[in-house]
Amino acid sequence: MNSTPSPGLLLSRREFLTTAGALVVGFSLGAVSDLFAQRPQEGAKLPGSLASTPMLDAWIRIGADGTITVCTGKGELGQGIKTALIQIASEELGVQPAAIKPVTADTRTTPDEGYTAGSNSMKDSGTAIQNAAAQVREILIGRAADKLTVSADKLVARDGFVVTDDGRRAAFGELVGDNLTHVRAQPQSKLKDPRTYALVGKPLARVDIPAKVSGGAAYVQDLRLPGMLHARVIRPPSYGARLRDVKVADAETLPGVIKIVRDGNFLAVVAEHEFQAVVAMRALATNASWEMRNRLPDPSDIYGTLRRLPADAIVDLDLNGQAAAPARRLEASYRRPYQMHGAIGPACAIALMKDGTLTVWTHSQGVYPLRKSIAELLHLPEDRIQCVHAEGAGCYGHNGADDAAADAALIARALPDRPVRVQWMREQEHAWEPYGPAMIADVKAALDADGNVVEWTYDVWSNAHSTRPGGAGNLLPAWHLETPFTQPVPKPIPLPEGGGDRNAIPLYKFPNARVVHHFIPSMPVRVSALRALGAYANIFAIESFIDELAAAASVDPVEFRLRHLDDPRARDVIVMAASRFGWANYPAGKGRGRGFAFARYKNLGAYLALAVDIEIDRESGRVKVLRAVAAVDSGQPVNPDGIRNQIEGGIVQSASWTLYEAVSFDTNAITSTDWGSYPIARFADVPGNVDVHVIERPGAPFLGTGEAAQGPTAAALANAIANATGARLRELPLSRTRVKATIGV
Amino acid sequence: MIELNVNGRPQAVDADPATPLLYVLRDHLALNGAKFGCGLGQCGACTVMIDGKAAFSCVTPISALPGRKITTVEGLGTADNPGPLQQAFIDEQAAQCGYCIAGMIMRAQALLEANPSPTDDDIRRHMMPNLCRCGTHMRIVRAVQRAARTMKNVKNGAGVNVTTK
Repeated sequence: MNSTPSPGLLLSRREFLTTAGALVVGFSLGAVSDLFAQRPQEGAKLPGSLASTPMLDAWIRIGADGTITVCTGKGELGQGIKTALIQIASEELGVQPAAIKPVTADTRTTPDEGYTAGSNSMKDSGTAIQNAAAQVREILIGRAADKLTVSADKLVARDGFVVTDDGRRAAFGELVGDNLTHVRAQPQSKLKDPRTYALVGKPLARVDIPAKVSGGAAYVQDLRLPGMLHARVIRPPSYGARLRDVKVADAETLPGVIKIVRDGNFLAVVAEHEFQAVVAMRALATNASWEMRNRLPDPSDIYGTLRRLPADAIVDLDLNGQAAAPARRLEASYRRPYQMHGAIGPACAIALMKDGTLTVWTHSQGVYPLRKSIAELLHLPEDRIQCVHAEGAGCYGHNGADDAAADAALIARALPDRPVRVQWMREQEHAWEPYGPAMIADVKAALDADGNVVEWTYDVWSNAHSTRPGGAGNLLPAWHLETPFTQPVPKPIPLPEGGGDRNAIPLYKFPNARVVHHFIPSMPVRVSALRALGAYANIFAIESFIDELAAAASVDPVEFRLRHLDDPRARDVIVMAASRFGWANYPAGKGRGRGFAFARYKNLGAYLALAVDIEIDRESGRVKVLRAVAAVDSGQPVNPDGIRNQIEGGIVQSASWTLYEAVSFDTNAITSTDWGSYPIARFADVPGNVDVHVIERPGAPFLGTGEAAQGPTAAALANAIANATGARLRELPLSRTRVKATIGV
Repeated sequence: MIELNVNGRPQAVDADPATPLLYVLRDHLALNGAKFGCGLGQCGACTVMIDGKAAFSCVTPISALPGRKITTVEGLGTADNPGPLQQAFIDEQAAQCGYCIAGMIMRAQALLEANPSPTDDDIRRHMMPNLCRCGTHMRIVRAVQRAARTMKNVKNGAGVNVTTK
């Protein structure tokens, strides 16, 4: 059955074309010169992503009919960015949120904002849209002032009109008619006073949820293009396996099969209907013989393997100050295994090759980098490729999304004029996605006689935390082609963002501190960016060790943290989380434990502190999280309920990583291939209650939220287990088996 | 051709009888609600109701379904006119990526039809087969409780049958 393409997902391009028609060429400064009479400061940096995309109408487009389109280079990943950006734009433009049509990442219509990652979307895109909207508003007011012969300071923008106090008005659409907003942004904007905010800082219902609860076309998986075919890829049984031979006759004659595509070790099948593609995929898998190569390391010695691999030592911090004499020394080593993104919906993409032009609908986090990579893969110029973001299942980092887009592109090239939809099977998603890297952190510290930290040494060993496609060599199917692309040697992400050393520098004031990142280029297991990157393991290690030091100094862990912190915003989240949790009055009980942790994500993003209350079943070693209480400071909150939703989810997800998750493998292949062999938290396992308190900082820069809870949750749980049992677990996951072993039942 | 009853409507489907219901719903009937998650009955993204009971559509062949009533999330309401559970999920903002949510709603619908006053523990136990990776679980429990209240109020008040079966 044919069905029509999803209007919601395809509208954006048409909208852009009609909207852009009103704004294409030329502009007159006119009234604008009054508003921005001062020359931009020499070299002044434009706010947020305006720095890389400075034209106002790249962000805010107002049509002659008054429609307002807001463009972002970021994609909706389920984090609610679309709604938050609508709030920001409508606030500054003085319109209702419903008046804004959002357009998300699309290489033909939106700014290039790189990846939707790193909790940077509010800082990058939110800041750009806030400033662009404010500047567009002032341009419209300036033009209205001329038109209505009223002084600009007597005018306000309201509901799509610029209005005077005596009731006269001019519609945005008629004001903008001559391409008024096709101008470069200015470094300074007349932003609204946060005290007058009507929308920003107030909870707003997410615009994407109604379609998601009612079977609307909400995801790339739901796109149905006319004449669309379904494809499946037959993956090798392990990394680096070579397709020796495949007998295609059985599959070729199956109902609905249109084509079998083979290029070296890349094997795919295309069929009329989706399940026909699945059946043919299985037939091909049965009839394929593979030569196994590239053995995986011994999983029982993976940390030893990592320590033995060549590493580049990067000194992140070397602080030598005055301090009291050390009275006591402690050291410990912490470990984090490979862990999986585990999207509930496997990777999916649709590609259409038509008239030498390729269109790819993808849930990639970076449509522009993906376009560049596919251009290299297919030897096509970038301007013949359009990558359009459409939502997938939550990704939590770099998973199979880009690879599926490359699969679709390769198959569509072999079948021009027919849209091809590829979706991965569960076992493919589990076995082939790039995992969050295994890591080791060694920590040493010295306390003086008063229990203050006077020396701190931290060494972290890690693979790369980004192998995102910036070229074809990081696309999985590119490795399998007859003429393969090889994966480039990865580079560490430099601080202040950091990769393996993200959050490796503690925010605490230690007079002597040395932090070294041992970057391991060689990757025995495929890895890349998983939500929070190295911050997850680093905060787990640092905040666990802080508790160990507090115990050695016989100081309450919350008090110990406050003693070593100057930053008032850090202190505020700690004090709030502790007080809302009832830290001081915690009723200790048998098998019960409380744990605390704090971090400022990347040392430049959101501040988060949390306390957890757990109960341990001595027979099974099961850790039950009874409640968690968090306080978060993300700067000016835009959608406080969105922040709470992200932090609640981050706590639950991190608790699942921390208590249950490790990718399993043997020396041949990955053995975590479904939810049975890679269990994650289910309803019975998640906390009884999670309270998130959002600290408001009116007018402060947006700090982002999405990854702030991942690291602190891990440490808070480890600290709670130590509190409940008296035993310290330093290797993730803090599984039943390990808990049971420490309590010796 | 196999005759199916989906959301109260008869549907003649031309597909291999071994085809799992999920693929027929999505590919033949263009219904988006049920999602492919694992194809193994491990995650619940594909959950629909069959004769009022929650079922994994990814492992249920259509050959088993003639004469049985299949309900998908599309059968509970629309974005403009949502049913009580859908409205409760909107009111509680009980979604992040939302990929699991249609399956969650269908499993919850089956619960509320059998037990109109579940405790939080009842809900957690009943929802065990369905996975959420974003960590929206507590909001989902709240949404199910909210829907239970709405359904009872409507029933007691206007006497309207709020289930759409």
